[in-house]
Amino acid sequence: MNPIHFGATAFLLAGLFAVPAGFATAQTAPEAYRAGSIMVEAPWSRATPGGAKVGGGYMRITNTGPEPDRLVGGSTAVAERFEVHRSTVADGVARMEPVTGGLEIAPGKTVELKPGTLHAMFVNLRQALKPGDTVKGTLVFEKAGTVAIEYVVGGIGAQAAPAHVHGHH
Amino acid sequence: MSTGIIEVPGMIALRIIRWTAWALVAVVLFGAGAIALGWLQVEKLGLRAQPTVTSSGVPAVGGPFSLINHRGERVTQDTFKGKPTAYFFGFTHCPEVCPTTLFEMSQHLKELGQDADRLNVVFVTVDPERDTPELLKTYLESFDPRIVALTGTPEEMAAAAKAFRIGYRKVPTEGGDYMMDHTSSVIVTDAKGDLVSLIDYHEDEATALAKLKKALAL
Repeated sequence: MNPIHFGATAFLLAGLFAVPAGFATAQTAPEAYRAGSIMVEAPWSRATPGGAKVGGGYMRITNTGPEPDRLVGGSTAVAERFEVHRSTVADGVARMEPVTGGLEIAPGKTVELKPGTLHAMFVNLRQALKPGDTVKGTLVFEKAGTVAIEYVVGGIGAQAAPAHVHGHH
Repeated sequence: MSTGIIEVPGMIALRIIRWTAWALVAVVLFGAGAIALGWLQVEKLGLRAQPTVTSSGVPAVGGPFSLINHRGERVTQDTFKGKPTAYFFGFTHCPEVCPTTLFEMSQHLKELGQDADRLNVVFVTVDPERDTPELLKTYLESFDPRIVALTGTPEEMAAAAKAFRIGYRKVPTEGGDYMMDHTSSVIVTDAKGDLVSLIDYHEDEATALAKLKKALAL
């Protein structure tokens, strides 16, 4: 198969999968952002303590297409760098490791970035994040490209997306 | 007696020597393995899982330390004696576990009301290179004002971590930056500085509060 054919086939397949998925989620999750086969839902962050140089980013990422994709980078308006880390707390020890080589989003799967596991880290914050703030950012996927998103900031100890926010329409 | 193996005394003696030698090798190998395992657990952050609380004895937690608080004052283990104390080790470049724990401790203090004045809550940084007293002071402004933060030289910090059986380790990230792995349990001592309980990061609010109340004899 030559590259053009391959590309066209992938495009058609992506289209077939994306349309039904779009219908299914339109009613349940209004705060969804899309690019290609990637759908990003409910991005949120937490208020940061005074002087803190890092913040966390959480969201659900779904690959509605037939091929794997990878979250390979990103940015926010408030920090110098964007990284993806996996943290665990087991046997009384908090550990953290950077996710290297991109975070895979398998076809038809949803990867959740949430407290206690995977999270985006905003490194070298230029400003404190306060509850109720919104933070503009981008996510860069290997295949789907760049997605512009907006994080809603919850409290310092928040464990889930702020409930009062209905997101973007 | 015409056939078979004749065991002459010399051969028996040789065999005994050989067995003894092998037994010694086994003992030495076992010992070395045990020491290596112990070293791995303590040095490589696995820490010895968690100090366990038993009814008969008190694990040795909370040995001598000397650090600087967020107001720039020198403090030692004696500073906090006289009141039960909750110690938590973390760092400010910590996106999740540390702010969450300090936030929860602030909630507990609020819940305890007046009784909270009889409790010390101490946040010790495992990242003294970046966490200066000034930065810790700013950081604490987001939490209950009764919480105290401690830092020091890397050597002073290492000594304090050893005293509390705390593990910590630098994890390199992008651009020459780093994160810290660290013991995340809150260590609760009584007024004499002896371990009363540990509060695990995953423990629910009610259980954590109950452990603090117990330390306060409430």
